[in-house]
Amino acid sequence: MTRRQKKTLARIIISFAVLAAEMIFFGVTKADLGIWELVLFLIPYLIIGYDILRKAFLGILHLQVFDENFLMTIATIGAFATGEYAEGTAVMLFYQTGELFQSCAVSKSRRSIAELMDIRPDHANIENEKGELIEVDPEEVAVDTVITVKAGERIPLDGIVVSGNSSLDTSALTGESVPRDVSKGGEVISGCVNLTGILKVRVTKEYGQSTVSRILELVEESQEKKSKSENFISRFARVYTPAVVIAALALAIIPPIVTGGNFSQWIYRAMTFLVISCPCALVISIPLTFFSGIGGASKCGVLIKGGNYLEALAETETVVFDKTGTLTKGSFEVTKICPESISESELLETAVLAEGYSDHPISLSLKRAYGKAPDLSRITHSEETAGKGIKAVIDGKTVLAGNMKLMTDSGISAKKETAVGTAVHIAINGEYAGHIIISDSLKEGSADAIKELRRLGVKQTVMLTGDNEAAAAECAEKLGLDKWYSGLLPSDKAEKAEQLLKEKSPKKNLLFAGDGINDAPVLAIADIGAAMGAIGSDAAIEAADVVLMDDDPRKLALAIKISRKTAAIVRQNIVFALGVKGTTLILGAMGIANMWAAVFADVGVSVIAILNAMRAMNVGKASAVKR
Amino acid sequence: MKKVFKMEELDCANCAKKMEAAIAKLDGVEAVSISFISQKMTITADDSRFDEIMKKAAAEVKKIEPDCTIVM
Repeated sequence: MTRRQKKTLARIIISFAVLAAEMIFFGVTKADLGIWELVLFLIPYLIIGYDILRKAFLGILHLQVFDENFLMTIATIGAFATGEYAEGTAVMLFYQTGELFQSCAVSKSRRSIAELMDIRPDHANIENEKGELIEVDPEEVAVDTVITVKAGERIPLDGIVVSGNSSLDTSALTGESVPRDVSKGGEVISGCVNLTGILKVRVTKEYGQSTVSRILELVEESQEKKSKSENFISRFARVYTPAVVIAALALAIIPPIVTGGNFSQWIYRAMTFLVISCPCALVISIPLTFFSGIGGASKCGVLIKGGNYLEALAETETVVFDKTGTLTKGSFEVTKICPESISESELLETAVLAEGYSDHPISLSLKRAYGKAPDLSRITHSEETAGKGIKAVIDGKTVLAGNMKLMTDSGISAKKETAVGTAVHIAINGEYAGHIIISDSLKEGSADAIKELRRLGVKQTVMLTGDNEAAAAECAEKLGLDKWYSGLLPSDKAEKAEQLLKEKSPKKNLLFAGDGINDAPVLAIADIGAAMGAIGSDAAIEAADVVLMDDDPRKLALAIKISRKTAAIVRQNIVFALGVKGTTLILGAMGIANMWAAVFADVGVSVIAILNAMRAMNVGKASAVKR
Repeated sequence: MKKVFKMEELDCANCAKKMEAAIAKLDGVEAVSISFISQKMTITADDSRFDEIMKKAAAEVKKIEPDCTIVM
């Protein structure tokens, strides 16, 4: 609790004690002290309400007549005027108690969200002239400075490891719990926690440009982009308060004149209206719900750049994917080994040795599949023919490794490849030995992601790719995509996306997920553009509306789940708050609901709505989709 | 110029909305957003008159919530 909250609490306790004592005294003795009774009740009233009265008075000076303080003042003074001293005081007391709860609930959620975003590094270690390590503010560290990150510390700035090995916990940024290993030459990103060894890191970006501060900035700015619900409530609030106040005036004047009833009864009922006239519950809880949802999502490595996008995600109808790097790993791997006369491992070994001196992506993927360093001493001769392949002498045998053209040119009858991808054919001493298929493989989560999206009610999944038809068809079939378009240039992709935008139902959204690097135009025209694996990529963070920090496509489904949950909470709060307020207004006009009920309909509803809003932060259940 | 200011003693969400509306009407203000949750005001306003605009904004804030101040 803050000092002010403590002070309010003390005032509530004192005022309550005094009021209770007075009520007991008057209840037991049935004394009639006349004007002194008023004076006695004014004591607890002023203890609890002086600041409200002061603000109300200042409000009047500034013509702020629909101000909550002003309305509470009128309502309680009205109660006093009709002789309900105890009730007037109690209502003020109850109101302040509710406000205190509300303020505590808001502080609590503010803290919880701040904790979710607790990736801000507090210091960087640099060496001073004497070679001692000193702690400095990360903002003071210049580019190219070498900083030391000890085990257990958060990496303060983006950079490149100059010495040391360690594993990093990236979970605060990506939501991924498996640590990532780094060693000399590796890039490290601020916000990750160094788990094991000491790292020396050469800083590549100053603090303001580093990943951590960009993420924090993005989450803070997310509040500027307001959701439709929030804008609706803003407009509603502008009408609601004046309407209720006018209704209260009418209620105080018209019925007693028409029916000839007593004024004080109707004034009392009008006062209950004034108490309910603040739309606070909605005004606080809706942005809070969105912010909680955004905070919760960022904990799972999904950055959402505004309440409007979080809201839009819930209505996703079509999901369009880029292929390479989004659904597939974007790196080439050996996916099939088809030997003819020798064993699989022999074929692979021969291929690796033949390509031993090459650093073509294909030979790199062969080496990765081989898993160990090839014994280059076995190669006695090697020559590369561009566009065909390699001729090498290994262990005294002449080996050809390359495409079909190389085989036919050398008069070798090779078998046609059996799988989609790039084939490396091998011949040993003029005899065909088999081929190895290298292709971009699907990400582990891709198929699950498509399934999960469909389960969430996404009507259409589409893939756009610049790749050839065979590769696209295979990928689409494996994943069970509804539609795919291949051989597209970046500009064609945008065109296709526009066509899909026209086809979707109104009020539903099209989500595009890409790697954010060469598909910026599509990211921009889609209703929601999501960039994948954006950690460390400024361009992608800039262009997208939703940023997936790691490259797991399942996070898209997770983002939709979080948005659905957030949207549901927003709806609950709107229905609940308006429902309770509406009911209390009607009951108040009929004289059934008293001022107590009215205070509950005001602050009580706010507190409940705030507590409900905070549930959006808890994405535990929603993130079950992750694994 | 776009700047972010911290706000102190911003106690009511509805007031934040009202402040936003009042400040948006000031001459020279291009955009303003007040977040009750993070207690911050983001304002984009005419460069040459920024200080003057901020003074007026502070006055609007005081009118709506007397104890609330913009930390400048």
